[in-house]
Amino acid sequence: MISYRKTVTAWLLLTPMIVIIVGVSGYPLIKTIYYSLTGAKLIAPDVTSIFVGFDNFVRALSSSKFLEAIWHTTYFAVTSVGAEMVIGVLVALLLNEAFAGRTLLRAMLILPLALPTVVNAMMWRLIYNPDFGALNALLLQIGMLDAYRSWLGDPATALDMVILADVWKNFPLVALIALAALQTVPKDLYEAATLDGAGVWNRFWRITLPAILGPLSVALVLRTIEAFKVFDIIYVMTRGGPASSTKTVSFYVYQEAFAYMRVGSGASYALIVVLISACLIAGYMYLIRKQGEV
Amino acid sequence: MNIKNIMTGAAIGVLAASGAAHADVTLNALFMAQAAYSEDDIRNMTAEFEAANPGIKVNAELVPYEALHDKIVLSQSANGYDVVLYDVIWPAEFAQYQLLEDVTSRIDDKTRSGILDGAWTTVEYDGALYGMPWIADTKFLFYNKDMLKAAGFDNPPATWEELRAQAAAIKEKGIVDYPLVWSWSQSEAAICDYTTILSGMGGEFLDADGKPAFNTGGGLKALEYMVGTLDDGLTNPNSREYLEEDVRRVFSSGQAAFALNWGYMYNLANDPAESQVAGKVGIAPAPGTDGVSKASAVNGSMGLGIPTKSGHKEEAWKYIQFLTSQNVQDKFAKLSLPVWEASYSNPDVIKGQEPFVEAAKTSLAVMAPRPTMASYQEASSVLQEALQNAMLGSVKPADALNDAAETISDMQ
Repeated sequence: MISYRKTVTAWLLLTPMIVIIVGVSGYPLIKTIYYSLTGAKLIAPDVTSIFVGFDNFVRALSSSKFLEAIWHTTYFAVTSVGAEMVIGVLVALLLNEAFAGRTLLRAMLILPLALPTVVNAMMWRLIYNPDFGALNALLLQIGMLDAYRSWLGDPATALDMVILADVWKNFPLVALIALAALQTVPKDLYEAATLDGAGVWNRFWRITLPAILGPLSVALVLRTIEAFKVFDIIYVMTRGGPASSTKTVSFYVYQEAFAYMRVGSGASYALIVVLISACLIAGYMYLIRKQGEV
Repeated sequence: MNIKNIMTGAAIGVLAASGAAHADVTLNALFMAQAAYSEDDIRNMTAEFEAANPGIKVNAELVPYEALHDKIVLSQSANGYDVVLYDVIWPAEFAQYQLLEDVTSRIDDKTRSGILDGAWTTVEYDGALYGMPWIADTKFLFYNKDMLKAAGFDNPPATWEELRAQAAAIKEKGIVDYPLVWSWSQSEAAICDYTTILSGMGGEFLDADGKPAFNTGGGLKALEYMVGTLDDGLTNPNSREYLEEDVRRVFSSGQAAFALNWGYMYNLANDPAESQVAGKVGIAPAPGTDGVSKASAVNGSMGLGIPTKSGHKEEAWKYIQFLTSQNVQDKFAKLSLPVWEASYSNPDVIKGQEPFVEAAKTSLAVMAPRPTMASYQEASSVLQEALQNAMLGSVKPADALNDAAETISDMQ
């Protein structure tokens, strides 16, 4: 009897949260799945929604432009998250050492993170400006360039340049998480290892990395999800150009649903992105679990 | 007793609130911050309107052109705006989705005949009028008089070939690295430049059956011309990432001899506070082609409309009538010329900008439309990508345009 009452109380206490979760993510998710099977238009979606089965998905996956957008997104996610992880860990290792001015540097680390993405994107647009940008000036003065060039107007460099801007803004998140994890590693481990003759390299691979791997995988999952749905920085910096070389899946979804008003196929594109993200997250979870067992 | 007091208080509060709402209507209006009227102009006009119409407040929001279409469409479900500025290329789509109020019956004959015919096409679709024309604008050829003189030219070019020859001479003499600058980024701005050249070379967007025709004749020649000036180093290669304001900046800092841009640039490029080439700026209609056309122009006009979901249509119409009235347009004629025919003989409008008005008389008469189709936004972005591919040298102009034509005709 008591356990029954306990269960009821527990459910009662959970109800507000369940209502909120179902209302905020459950309903929109179901509606999106529903729209993805129809030809709904943005204006009056419920009147225009004719059931079309899996046509939207078939069309998406057979469209070379959509697959190109998926490739851009994958490239963006892998490169930017990879760079953020490496730079983040290196910076964390540096800031974990004792030196004068460490507190100031640690505080400065927060700055890029505190910047809104749109501001960051505008700032990097200025830096990359082909006529008076700081990057051109710098490279010219140190002799790496003969003349000012266009960075965001050249399909060969545009996406990499956007990635650089994204890495600058987001590596501090990885660095912060790694730094927090580093501080929990017992100092005696290093002393013992040093006595046993382990070098710097060995100590990093055998002690440091395993100790911070858990928190790092959290950062990895968070950043990968974020990177896969990248939209704002692209919208501000290149709007998908030049020659659509920076068009990511989210930008594609936006255009489909809001500029061309095809909510139905837009929803199906969005679901494909969600599916890809879900696979990645499942993969990470599996890896994390496996480590926990060791 | 206590409860009664509270209830009376609440009732008075509600009455007061509704009374205030009745006296003060706030209109939400959407404008763009890019070419034509400046933000200051719009704020000043609005302040004059508010002073003349106590009880109506206007909350004017300015967004980049690139965001304008999506804002209008998305605000429909949230009934966000009472007045919106919209581009000549959208009425077909807006009419299909009933986004804008049909105001045909509100417009009297005097207004109908007083405004330029070209301007009316901005707001007209299928015989109905979806607002009032407000901005009559097209792309003009701007030139730096000193640079032309230094290269030995007395007059701006009359044909596209002459433009190319003059640019080549200016480059050869070392007067400027890249004599030509355009807004050729992956955007509607590039379509406007392309349409201008296309029309001057006798091209058509769609043939008589409404099928794409820009991949042949003048349309193909136009893109080949654009790519040719890039290959010859006459066009600033960064044009491929420029919008209108970038063009203005490059031209105003003396880094180009010629620029294609909207009319608003004339007075800004001649303003010493905004420009290093003030006083040296000439304006002419965009050139034509021997035996085909005397001048080229694209219809870049814009109109003001009332979204169908607006709750304050009468007040919104008052505001639109005020903004589009000849008095107001004549007073703010420095960055955007009036839509009224009579304005072009009003000395107050002409004074100080005679060359601008002179060029406009020629250009506004030959404005070529961009295609009228409900799926214009998508067709345009297909074409934008094709133009970029050709300009970046990855695809030949003919192949790029053929691909785009095929995609667009599949869409129809």
